[in-house]
Amino acid sequence: MNIRRKTLHLMALGLAAAGLMLGALGPAVQAGPATTTLTGAGATFPYPIYSKWFDMYHQKTGIEINYQSIGSGGGIQQVKAGTVDFGASDAALSDARLKEMPRRVLHFPTVAGAVVMAYDLPSLKQPLHLTSDVIAGIYMGQITTWNDKRVAAANPGVALPAAPILPVHRSDGSGTTNIFTTYLSAVSGPWKEMVGANTSVSWPVGIGGKGNEGVSGLVRQTQGSIGYIELAYAKQNRLPVAHVRNKSGSFVEPTLASTTAAAEGASPLLAKDVRTPIVNSSAPTAYPICGLTFLLVYQDQKDPAKGHALATFIDWAIHEGQDVAASLDYARLPEAVVKVNEMTLRKLTVAGKPLLADR
Amino acid sequence: MKAARITADGLYRAALGGAVALVFVVVALIVFEAARGSGLSIRTFGLGFLTSTAWDPVSEKFGALPYIYGTVVSSALALLLAVPLGIGSAVYLAEIAPRRVGAIVSFVIELLAAIPSIVYGVWGFFVLAPWLRTAIEPWLIAHVGFVPLFRGYPFGIGMLNAAIVLSIMVVPTIVSISREVLLSTPRSLREAALALGATPAEAIGVALDAARPGILGAVILALGRALGETMAVTMVIGNTNRISASLLDPAATMASIIANEFTEATTPLYISSLIEIALVLFAITIVVNGAARVLVYWATGGRRSAAALA
Repeated sequence: MNIRRKTLHLMALGLAAAGLMLGALGPAVQAGPATTTLTGAGATFPYPIYSKWFDMYHQKTGIEINYQSIGSGGGIQQVKAGTVDFGASDAALSDARLKEMPRRVLHFPTVAGAVVMAYDLPSLKQPLHLTSDVIAGIYMGQITTWNDKRVAAANPGVALPAAPILPVHRSDGSGTTNIFTTYLSAVSGPWKEMVGANTSVSWPVGIGGKGNEGVSGLVRQTQGSIGYIELAYAKQNRLPVAHVRNKSGSFVEPTLASTTAAAEGASPLLAKDVRTPIVNSSAPTAYPICGLTFLLVYQDQKDPAKGHALATFIDWAIHEGQDVAASLDYARLPEAVVKVNEMTLRKLTVAGKPLLADR
Repeated sequence: MKAARITADGLYRAALGGAVALVFVVVALIVFEAARGSGLSIRTFGLGFLTSTAWDPVSEKFGALPYIYGTVVSSALALLLAVPLGIGSAVYLAEIAPRRVGAIVSFVIELLAAIPSIVYGVWGFFVLAPWLRTAIEPWLIAHVGFVPLFRGYPFGIGMLNAAIVLSIMVVPTIVSISREVLLSTPRSLREAALALGATPAEAIGVALDAARPGILGAVILALGRALGETMAVTMVIGNTNRISASLLDPAATMASIIANEFTEATTPLYISSLIEIALVLFAITIVVNGAARVLVYWATGGRRSAAALA
């Protein structure tokens, strides 16, 4: 083990030297050494696409990336402890959390996801229309029946049943809950004050199901229920989902395109701070309940070989990697956000020196 | 001690002693780690942690009372359902059923104990919940809804569902141990009772009395499983941190909140509070086990029984 590590270290040094020489000749974005192994840990939401990416990247370059989808909380802990080469989180780190880190941590958004409102109203023939006020009202316990005039106002000409509304939420801490509560905090002052946004919150009403499957199971079983789940899960299980009115006033169906549009709309803010939530986007075609998922990487890498491998992987993931996003029901990054990532990539250093040459 | 005096016997004793010591070390380490991990939460909330009903990760206010309540009530209800069923089955299998039927049926019951808890959870969620929602709970609300225990909305999942699933999970433990204990009581007891003019039912009563410490031991084991059960309960209890008198309402247990929130808990105080819940669960398990031991001692008038130590 020890000997192997030493050998790796020596090889890494040698390759780094080779890399430096190559860097003088052309773009430094080259595959790392074939024996480099990276480890990462964190979010479960992007796990399907990450494992696909790691597999594709391994075949392409020989770089092996081991990823443990232990949850964002665990990923952040492991980044802090320095036991992994990168972390993954569905929620961007707050300023306070960033300060706790031993060194500066950079955020790389990789894909976007949407949170959809699934419901069970068998009598309804067309998709339910919801506004931010109605969603907040339901989850605060202020709107309790489907024929409430506020729900009716968003669905003109639709006969809504006089049945009680049963709100369902996630019982486990999740990035999905973080996106949903970030949205509610953005659109509703009372929600922000009473409940707030987090991976799990103190819910005023409703019952909790474990995971997307728990929430959608409850929604499917219970007439009059409504619950929030990941877009990918709703698509794969063909659940009826509500169209939600966005900031510019149109009712938008949650799709991969309308999710990417939300990230596009937020891109000026993301260029300033990539951690800005993309909920309630002002873009006319944007679906309002969306979020990005992030890789967490130390700005200054200690190991040149690993740092180089990590940087080239991220570079690949935000460009070529985006083409497989849709096949796994993730929304690709808009070009403007890819640009933001390219800027961040240039900030990566190893022992104070830039890792990647300008493209 | 000279090398020549190390005998095979001595080695055997040392090995056994070491095995026992290892168990103590493991338990001590668990307590130590849980206490260390919950230090921040204990310093922040003190004893108020046990009496507070708040669980708000956003403002970082944590209290364990709803989860303590959920764990204790769901386990107690599960035993209330499982004990009569379990002991009744054990009596039938040991005393009344033909030997071969008894052997086959108890084999099937022991198979139940080997089913992973997630399977019980899935069953509770997809089979029991719709049935409770459409048939049982509306009936309860309509006919005994005047009792606060059966008021509310027929969710299908909640405290009642969790208690039923738990009771099915612990029945095999009660049945198989109670049956073994009953079979191990001397035949002469029943024969003596019959000879003195007792009816067959009264003779079974005599055997049950002799088996009491062992049966109580079985119930304690069952209680231990119910208190700590995590996955199945998480799936069917509804997971809200509200204390409600109604059995139809959703609730949460200590094990379920840890399973739900540990992976995505990000702040130190949040993690520490979850670890303190584990510590409290450990303490409650010790208290309940201790109380049950006292109960066994009291019920048997101080008689010692190997089964009672289970």
